[in-house]
Amino acid sequence: MNRRIYLDNNATTPVDPLVLQAMLPYFCEKFGNAASRNHAFGWEAEEAVRRARVQVAEVIGAKITRDEKRKLQAKEIIFTSGATEGNNIAIKGVAEFYADRGKHVITQATEHKAVIDPCNWLAQHGFRVTFLPVDRHGRIDPSQLKDALTDETILVSIMHGNNEIGTLQPIAEIGKLCKEREVIFHTDCCQTFGKVPIDVQEMGIDLLTCSGHKIHGPKGVGALYVRRKHPRVRCGTIMHGGGHERGMRSGTLNVPGIVGLGKAAELCQQHMNSEPAHLAALRDRLQKGICAQLDNVYVNGHPTERTPSNLNMSFAYVEGEAMMMGFPEIAVSSGSACTSASLEPSYVLKALGVGDELAHSSIRFSVGRFNTEEEIGYTIERVVATVKKLRAMSPLYEMAQEGVDLSKVEWPAG
Amino acid sequence: MAYGDKVIDHYRNPRNVGSLDKNDPNVGTGIVGAPECGDVMKLQIQVDENENIVEAKFKTFGCGSAIASSSLATEWIKGRKLDEALEIKNTDIVKELALPPVKIHCSVLAEDAIRAAVNDLKKKLGKQESATETAEVK
Repeated sequence: MNRRIYLDNNATTPVDPLVLQAMLPYFCEKFGNAASRNHAFGWEAEEAVRRARVQVAEVIGAKITRDEKRKLQAKEIIFTSGATEGNNIAIKGVAEFYADRGKHVITQATEHKAVIDPCNWLAQHGFRVTFLPVDRHGRIDPSQLKDALTDETILVSIMHGNNEIGTLQPIAEIGKLCKEREVIFHTDCCQTFGKVPIDVQEMGIDLLTCSGHKIHGPKGVGALYVRRKHPRVRCGTIMHGGGHERGMRSGTLNVPGIVGLGKAAELCQQHMNSEPAHLAALRDRLQKGICAQLDNVYVNGHPTERTPSNLNMSFAYVEGEAMMMGFPEIAVSSGSACTSASLEPSYVLKALGVGDELAHSSIRFSVGRFNTEEEIGYTIERVVATVKKLRAMSPLYEMAQEGVDLSKVEWPAG
Repeated sequence: MAYGDKVIDHYRNPRNVGSLDKNDPNVGTGIVGAPECGDVMKLQIQVDENENIVEAKFKTFGCGSAIASSSLATEWIKGRKLDEALEIKNTDIVKELALPPVKIHCSVLAEDAIRAAVNDLKKKLGKQESATETAEVK
């Protein structure tokens, strides 16, 4: 069987053919440097970038104005090499700029490493970082955030939707708390951009990260929204050299990538009234189909406040990597230690209190624009068959069937 | 990481999956590993009156390499005498399955499982124990 089914859209997505089509002219024909101010090659590149800024801004409710040339401008959007860079600028850049006001930063335990690692870096460089805990569904408690805010706090960074379990954080509430204390609020929206409605004005968001390759755009490009009014957010930079992107991100703009990101954003906006519901329907069918045929399976993440494409499940008594070997033609990922470079199980599942055994037994399915009903039906069959086969081989399943309480077993040390 | 052919073969066609009667006086049971670590192997052996291993069964909770290591272990110990089974080293398993460095611990666990099963049987047969313990089910 040579078919390939891709259900790992949270990891990356296939580029939409319309996105690729939009990008192609910018490689060999309209290849100018967007910073070349003096000739048509530069002007057409600059125009393409301007358009992409507007396309991104429209998805998140950022400010779009008309400037003197009567063209739409979205000055609050800067382009980066991706969300990791965007998060680094937002976190390290803001911390550096506002260090005189205070040195306290708040984030939470299930953030992507692209937020956790810069925060850890800050902690090693004179800042105090609070990592808020999450409940068993992965949500923070806004009252805990409120208690953690001090006069020294300069930044709160909390993601909109989690990449492993899909749980949505109460962003509007967080934004409101931050506004009350005049603390800058950054949110990583990689998993929600184009899937869940975002409005930076209504949600009180000051900085927002998104990524091209999560929205059927190309890899190597992302956008960072940086609020210019109420308040004007200032940011130190991590890339010096030429002062591009309002001094926040030097370097010649990746015009084809940016065009791709803009087109991808535009497609998200066009599909906003139908695609999220369609993704949720596929995901729900997958979830129901699996749960109907298997016992002892658990969904990780919030039951309702979750991105529409995400399904993270633990299958008791079988291990994640072994499961994936059972359906190699279907691409998914796992929170099992065996599948991580560090041989540590997922820290996100750990933060939920799921327990290492169920972390090792977890699989993340994430649907995307190009998945079909038929693929979902096929996946249900293959997953169920694989889990049944592995349970027949599992000493834990056997012990559970015999009525052994696995939590009381003394496993040999080491 | 792409899997070696032999690992895939053992995964798709595992040898000797199943259980023996742990209460049978000629059956030794070894359970090693821990669910929190993502690896648990149960290996059982049955001997005849001359201490030849005539039957071996396994069940494993773990990745493909863990399953393959324990499957291979049962294949190798069948036909051996009890003490000969202890001669199997994890490095032999690594070599046979072409396990990458990150999966070597699976082979170590399989070697431990053999040891635990042999020790359990020896205890039952009234012989000396050695160091490897087996899981206690309460």
